[in-house]
Amino acid sequence: MAKKKLATVWLGGCSGCHMSLLDIDERILDVAKLADIVKSPIVDGKELPEVDIALVEGSVTSDEHLREILHIRHQAKTLIALGDCAVMTNVTGMRNYFPLKEVFETSYVNAISNDSEGKVPNHPSLLKLNDKVVPLQEVVTVDFVLPGCPPDADTIFYVLFEFLNDRVPDLSKVKKLKYG
Amino acid sequence: MDKRKIFISPVTRIEGHANITLELDENGNVSDALFHVNEFRGFEKFCEGRMYTEMPTITPRICGICPTSHTLASVKACEMIQGIQPTYTANLLRRLMHIGQNLSSHALSFFHLSAPDFLLGYDGDPVKRNILGIAEKYPDIALRGIRLRKFGQELSERITGKKIHIMGIVPGGMAYALTEDNRKALLEWIPEATETVQKAIEIIKRFHEEHADMVNSFAPSPTLYLGTVGPNGEHELYDGKLRFIDADGTILQDQLAPSEYLNYIAERSVEWSYLKYPYYKPLGFEKGFYRVGPLARLNVASRMKTPLAQKEFENFKSMSGGKPVHGAFFYHYTRLIEALSDVEDAARILQDPMVTSTRIQHHGRWNYEEGIGSSEAPRGTLFHHYKTDETGKLLNVNLLIATGQNNPSMNRSVLEVAQQYVKGGDVKEGMLNRVESTIRCYDPCLSCSTHALGQMPMLIRFVDKSGTLVKELQRG
Ligand code: SF4
Repeated sequence: MAKKKLATVWLGGCSGCHMSLLDIDERILDVAKLADIVKSPIVDGKELPEVDIALVEGSVTSDEHLREILHIRHQAKTLIALGDCAVMTNVTGMRNYFPLKEVFETSYVNAISNDSEGKVPNHPSLLKLNDKVVPLQEVVTVDFVLPGCPPDADTIFYVLFEFLNDRVPDLSKVKKLKYG
Repeated sequence: MDKRKIFISPVTRIEGHANITLELDENGNVSDALFHVNEFRGFEKFCEGRMYTEMPTITPRICGICPTSHTLASVKACEMIQGIQPTYTANLLRRLMHIGQNLSSHALSFFHLSAPDFLLGYDGDPVKRNILGIAEKYPDIALRGIRLRKFGQELSERITGKKIHIMGIVPGGMAYALTEDNRKALLEWIPEATETVQKAIEIIKRFHEEHADMVNSFAPSPTLYLGTVGPNGEHELYDGKLRFIDADGTILQDQLAPSEYLNYIAERSVEWSYLKYPYYKPLGFEKGFYRVGPLARLNVASRMKTPLAQKEFENFKSMSGGKPVHGAFFYHYTRLIEALSDVEDAARILQDPMVTSTRIQHHGRWNYEEGIGSSEAPRGTLFHHYKTDETGKLLNVNLLIATGQNNPSMNRSVLEVAQQYVKGGDVKEGMLNRVESTIRCYDPCLSCSTHALGQMPMLIRFVDKSGTLVKELQRG
């Protein structure tokens, strides 16, 4: 079997899903036997090439995330929503209950530790936050959904390993599947 | 004035959550650097209106690398609101979990993210320059690094059943006790973990010797430092008082209760970044910039609590005749000295006969409107500050995050490196790498604010005043 190409991507999340992926510990060496990790926060990245599997953590919160997820969808044969933020926005989406302007002002103008000379961030090099945070499937087709905050490492490994061996994982076999 | 700009961003732009713009003066030399931190999730707003008791489970979701530090700062703020203290055993268990997180985070920073540079070379093949590349060339070291991180994570798992975003730390103590079997299983890790950290220390010391010029010239700007210390000025991560020192090592403030933080720390929002610029209030913006994290903690501490770490600490102190060490590169070494102290301290706690006691929680209820808690995250001091109404509903939340406090210095370090490597509008070989590794020294847990974990692919753009692309340099 030819070696697969794997990408792991981090959008609007806390990195906890990536940490849980690292919690597969020594088994990362088994993954490396079956796949090259071509793009991930833990490797020197290049442009995202075509990949067999993309694990995506986090919600879509900004113009850049939207561009990125559309690009990933284009490049990836199998797109896996990794964790609750990717699946249903979770904590990242909690700001949806408030107007973005208020969310900004609470942190950048009114915070009690702020001095009086601050400016609200606004620079061409900064990403533009969308009014509402959305989960991945709201903007692209997601091939597989893996909930959890974060999903535990054994579950991530099982799912990944099945896909790497051209099988579709059966989540009813998984012990610790849950939201939150 | 022909003010040109260099824009550094990760190749795809879309993964990038930290970019850099370098502004050039008329001679093509760098006049300013803007470090753009590119993520904002708005916790301070959306927690308003919720019950304060929810905070220890919401706030760890700020960051998957240092969730336990957030939980601890949060739960301490809750305890101040309730006016209660955790039990003795709960404190032991919390310490164990906090040590575990510090250890796994430091292992990640060293083995997964930085060691590829030390062992495979800054100019090595980028495709191999990662933990798997190390696994090919130095399998023993890679495996040790992976397992050291695993031990750190297990310290939480064996107490609460979860490695990330643990649920068991509650106001007044802990919801879970440590079983005797788990205590034993954790103790078995100690010899291996000690050896691994010692090997890592050897690696970094060898690197110091072989690359003395680079190591010493690496963003050496003096700053103030802030860290938590114990009652006798000893190194402390979980529960202590704050100490500020100046660039010469003179103690500016000592034994400050974290609840006094607003008297000493202010922060300013800036247009170019989602990350604010905190400073030591008595000295004002810029003059009052300070650093936090392992380098800061060892600079402020009078001693370490454990023997092996104390020996390394003495070596560290001797490097600058007892004065603070300022070079950003020494974050790596100090991280490892802390890791050593973590392992020793874990062993000590695991042998405390009270560690498996089931007296783990005091029960309290809402008593006061305000609570402030702090803890030392792997990357530095963090503060949670809550105000509630008399039903316990949050009216106001203020969070001061560890990496934020290093933001001004990261920005300045980038400027210093850029000034060394960009002359007359030309970028010298190695500039991209150096800028990157400068940022990496701080191990910025930008997920507390953004996402630059690891090695950022980079693109430098020279843009003229009208925004036209003049030249493009790409790494990799
Ligand atoms: S699902 Fe949980 S662990 Fe994963 S990114 Fe979101 S908050 Fe973090």
